[in-house]
Amino acid sequence: MSNTPLLDVKALNVVFRTKSSGKLLATNRNHAVKNVSFSVHAGEVLSLVGESGCGKTTIGRILTGLESAESGTANFQGDNILGLSNAGFRPLRKHIQMIFQDPYASLNPRLTIEKILSEPLFIHKLVRNRVEARTRMAAMLKQVGLDPDALKRYPHEFSGGQRQRIGIARVMLVSPRIIIADEAVSALDVSIQAQVLNLLKKLQRSSGVAMLFISHDLAVVRHISDRIAVMYQGEIVELNDKQQIFENPQHEYTRLLLSSIPQVKARSTP
Amino acid sequence: MRYVTALTLGSRMISPVSDNQPLLRVENLCIAIQNAGQLQPVVRDLSFEVQASQTLGIVGESGSGKSLTVLAIMGLLSGSPVRVTSGKVWFDGKDLLQLSDAERRSIMGDGMSMIFQEPMTSLNPVYKIGDQIMEGIRHHQHCSAKEARTRALQLLEKVKIPDASTRIDHYPHQLSGGQRQRVMIAMALACDPLLLIADEPTTALDVTVQKEVLDLIAEIQQDTGTAIILISHDLGVIAQTCNFVAVMYCGEIVESSTTEKLFQRLGHPYTRGLIESIPPLHSDVEWLNAIPGQVPALNALPVGCSYQPRCSHAQAQCRQNPPVALLDDEHIVRCHFAQQLQGRAS
Repeated sequence: MSNTPLLDVKALNVVFRTKSSGKLLATNRNHAVKNVSFSVHAGEVLSLVGESGCGKTTIGRILTGLESAESGTANFQGDNILGLSNAGFRPLRKHIQMIFQDPYASLNPRLTIEKILSEPLFIHKLVRNRVEARTRMAAMLKQVGLDPDALKRYPHEFSGGQRQRIGIARVMLVSPRIIIADEAVSALDVSIQAQVLNLLKKLQRSSGVAMLFISHDLAVVRHISDRIAVMYQGEIVELNDKQQIFENPQHEYTRLLLSSIPQVKARSTP
Repeated sequence: MRYVTALTLGSRMISPVSDNQPLLRVENLCIAIQNAGQLQPVVRDLSFEVQASQTLGIVGESGSGKSLTVLAIMGLLSGSPVRVTSGKVWFDGKDLLQLSDAERRSIMGDGMSMIFQEPMTSLNPVYKIGDQIMEGIRHHQHCSAKEARTRALQLLEKVKIPDASTRIDHYPHQLSGGQRQRVMIAMALACDPLLLIADEPTTALDVTVQKEVLDLIAEIQQDTGTAIILISHDLGVIAQTCNFVAVMYCGEIVESSTTEKLFQRLGHPYTRGLIESIPPLHSDVEWLNAIPGQVPALNALPVGCSYQPRCSHAQAQCRQNPPVALLDDEHIVRCHFAQQLQGRAS
């Protein structure tokens, strides 16, 4: 890890304004993200963990240019990416990729897997022609544990776990610097979740891509992260190495979260 | 006389009336789905019992048939392409599957009631929560609106809705997810049911709220002695709330036992695979011991043991239907190698 972080977020604030019911012209302010600062180094996995409404997803959407911030900076490779126009953000999309939660909603049902996977390759000019694209895609499908035959098929022919693998293949194909994974395994059944977690960890290790892993599940977060930021009501209440978070939690809320998780106490051997 | 079925859950239970008839007995229940002119089995030969004041947990992944089983018990399958093809569901001396709609309605509510997963879609958005709770009370207990309202208020206080006298006139959208689920619980408890069926009651809730709701259900059970069937995909939730566990895979119960014994001596390779798929919270593992492959499609069930294509212990013998092995009085495993494998790490 170098000393300059790949992504450096400082004093980020996000406020959503909704029209107030009743009074004309009045607005409700919802301070969704309050003064949040964190950094992600190259090759590192940082997790944002917290319950619904804590602002973790909003941060992911800000960093992919899908939402705008009230104040603060987010330096990616030294340049502030907040407040960029759509056109200004476009070259960054090759470097900042996103894995979404819902594998049913995040793949266009009318496109074949070949079309879904080749679009980013052509948009970012990573291949010169269809033949080259097909070779790259087939190799990537093998890496994520799918048969290259998948290229001819449509999303509805795949299970949730397989679709999430396709989503991961689409992201990995453009060799990003950082992946923002928002609840990437939450919609999956536990046996499939384990397969996809193993795959994500393997690809992250072998490619050295950094990851901002957003999740509500502390056990999943422990498995995949190097460092963890615990969020509560828009603020980061604790940010530390994962060992420290689990073995020596400092904030009361972290302790509450840890104690709320129902546990299986099984003995594998008698 | 004790009734013995292929898979009987919990013959001798901690209940004080252990020799009595079970409250609910499901016998060889089979459910099939009508698909392109063919009947495909989705729940196969399912049998279990629930005694008064006990909690039975049914755990399984999507498509294992756990929700269909309770929908069949509640009589909520009629009119859909899914139907019960054979089997009996005994409740309070009657076979629920033979009842007319009117007879069934008189049992629902004060005999058994259900909590659904998504409180926003199962509450009516255009009625005040108080009115929704009162509906069942007035139907079953034939009391005045005023009496029903008093009862509804008590129930809201019982499920710990703060400021219940104001909340009773609120609409579902004015409540948080956890509060809505509390209202669902209040509705389900309105007529003091003998059996409460909860289908993934906390899956849509945050983990801290989940703990509150599970604690509340346990507390109410202690007070009222209601029997509970809790359905969940989360083994942790099951382990912490249930006395008995049934693990379902591809429409069958593959293992069932008291919770304590199940987690002491995991009998079925699938149960062990499920547990090993959960990342541990208090230790680090490099790679998860994931179950390979995926749940087979209903129209392509493997021959013999339905877990056999994914099982690391599978042998030629597994292509025949596995016997039901009794590891223990109350511990039943549907596996050829139950005796050899139990306790062995995979």
